[in-house]
Amino acid sequence: MNEPLLRELVPAVIGVLVRRGADFASAEDAVQEALIRALETWQADPPRDPKAWLIAVAWHRFLDATRAETSRRGRELAVEVEPPAGPAPATDDSLRLYFLCAHPTLPQSSAVALTLRAVGGLTTRQIATAYLVPEATMAQRISRAKKRIAGMPLDQPGDLGTVLRVLYLVFNEGYGGKVDLASEAIRLTRHLITLTDEPEVAGLLALMLLHHARRESRTGTGGRLVPLAEQDRSRWDTSLIAEGVMVLQAALVRDRLGEYQAQAAIAALHADARSAAETDWVQIVEWYDELLQLNSSPVVRLNRAVAVGEADGPEAGLAALADVNPDLPRYTAVLAHLHDRAGDLELAAELYAAAARSATSVPERDHLTREAGRVRQLLRA
Amino acid sequence: MKYLLLKHYRGGPAPAVEIEPMDRWAPAEVDAHIKYMQDFAARLEQRGEYVDGQALSPDGAFVRYDGEGRPPVTDGPFAETKDLIAGWMVIDVESWDRAVQLAGELSAAPGPGGKPIHEWLEVRPFLTEPPTVTE
Repeated sequence: MNEPLLRELVPAVIGVLVRRGADFASAEDAVQEALIRALETWQADPPRDPKAWLIAVAWHRFLDATRAETSRRGRELAVEVEPPAGPAPATDDSLRLYFLCAHPTLPQSSAVALTLRAVGGLTTRQIATAYLVPEATMAQRISRAKKRIAGMPLDQPGDLGTVLRVLYLVFNEGYGGKVDLASEAIRLTRHLITLTDEPEVAGLLALMLLHHARRESRTGTGGRLVPLAEQDRSRWDTSLIAEGVMVLQAALVRDRLGEYQAQAAIAALHADARSAAETDWVQIVEWYDELLQLNSSPVVRLNRAVAVGEADGPEAGLAALADVNPDLPRYTAVLAHLHDRAGDLELAAELYAAAARSATSVPERDHLTREAGRVRQLLRA
Repeated sequence: MKYLLLKHYRGGPAPAVEIEPMDRWAPAEVDAHIKYMQDFAARLEQRGEYVDGQALSPDGAFVRYDGEGRPPVTDGPFAETKDLIAGWMVIDVESWDRAVQLAGELSAAPGPGGKPIHEWLEVRPFLTEPPTVTE
């Protein structure tokens, strides 16, 4: 069965039900049920017209649910039982669906879950598996999110910034679970690009493609973290890099720079370097300066200090680190690395060990522990 | 973000309120306490914040490897260890502040006389997957 095709149909089918008079929450529930039914039955009995099948099954589910609800409340059925005749209008509500699911009033985890279900066409179980929570918890999270946005019309323009943020979060969640969230984020961002004309969407897609290209080389045996400088660059996916660079260039010529484009530009400069030693760190620092103009976040300052350390030496990097908040995750790791490069090994070993204790992920912690061990071996030798 | 809420039989900071052991409470007080815990978990699930939770028996022992071909060594159970974990709950919430808020709510479970027991709960963040984008 063609599961990606099935998933792509989900937002359009929700749109059809909403245009026929269903409210978004009920339409989305009905389509989710039709999707699960399709996953169970299409393998053995594929429909001739998958979209028409989904619409028909979802519409019936919706009517059943509405009838049960109206008889419970003793009210009249609020929608037409029969769909209007003629072909479904060609309007694509997908963009509105992105806006609604990533609505700024929703907590981030809810916006992520709702986007993956209503726009991404994932089942609640798949989303729960990806985020390592019980299915019942994920179902409640989605249902609460829908209650919060209930009554918000589907025909309003929304906040593209929160949509991009949600897609970025999905991508950045990494490759932990059975569901490939990074590929899913890329698929949704590719779709979004066809719906809107904002260069930042292209910037985000380029950023994802350029990082995704390094996917295979980023982890070693047993999930061991391989830092950028040590990655086997022959394993980088050159076609993803080529596409990422092309998408980025097309966005940059439109001269409306945003933070995703700037981040993608940095990733492109890394992708360009045949070896870590050939990296154009001077230009990367320039892009960090651009990025700071757009988003003066502490994380950007921290990453800029790393780049300055490479471009102008560890002393300059340490100076750049002086105005970064030391409470940031990875601050101590960066400090350790700069002291390591400056030859202050005693201090570097202590800082690596401290950074390992405050790491937020297991691979980072293990990497920093090994770094501490490596430097201590050097000291003993 | 996932957090572990750890409930200790013993250990942790000095109790804010001295509470008699549960086996000396009135049955209705025990019921009220247990119901509070269950309702708390149910509310968390409804909010999409619940992951898992279990209670642990105070029994058990320490176990370790003792060399090739030998059975593991066990030590305990200990009647008076310094720290004894009574149970745990895993939550998945938006922020550290939210985790603290929920732990505070759980710590207000009723004890004798229906008054909150003010027990200390240990809140520990989970280590996660590393982020994809780090530069």
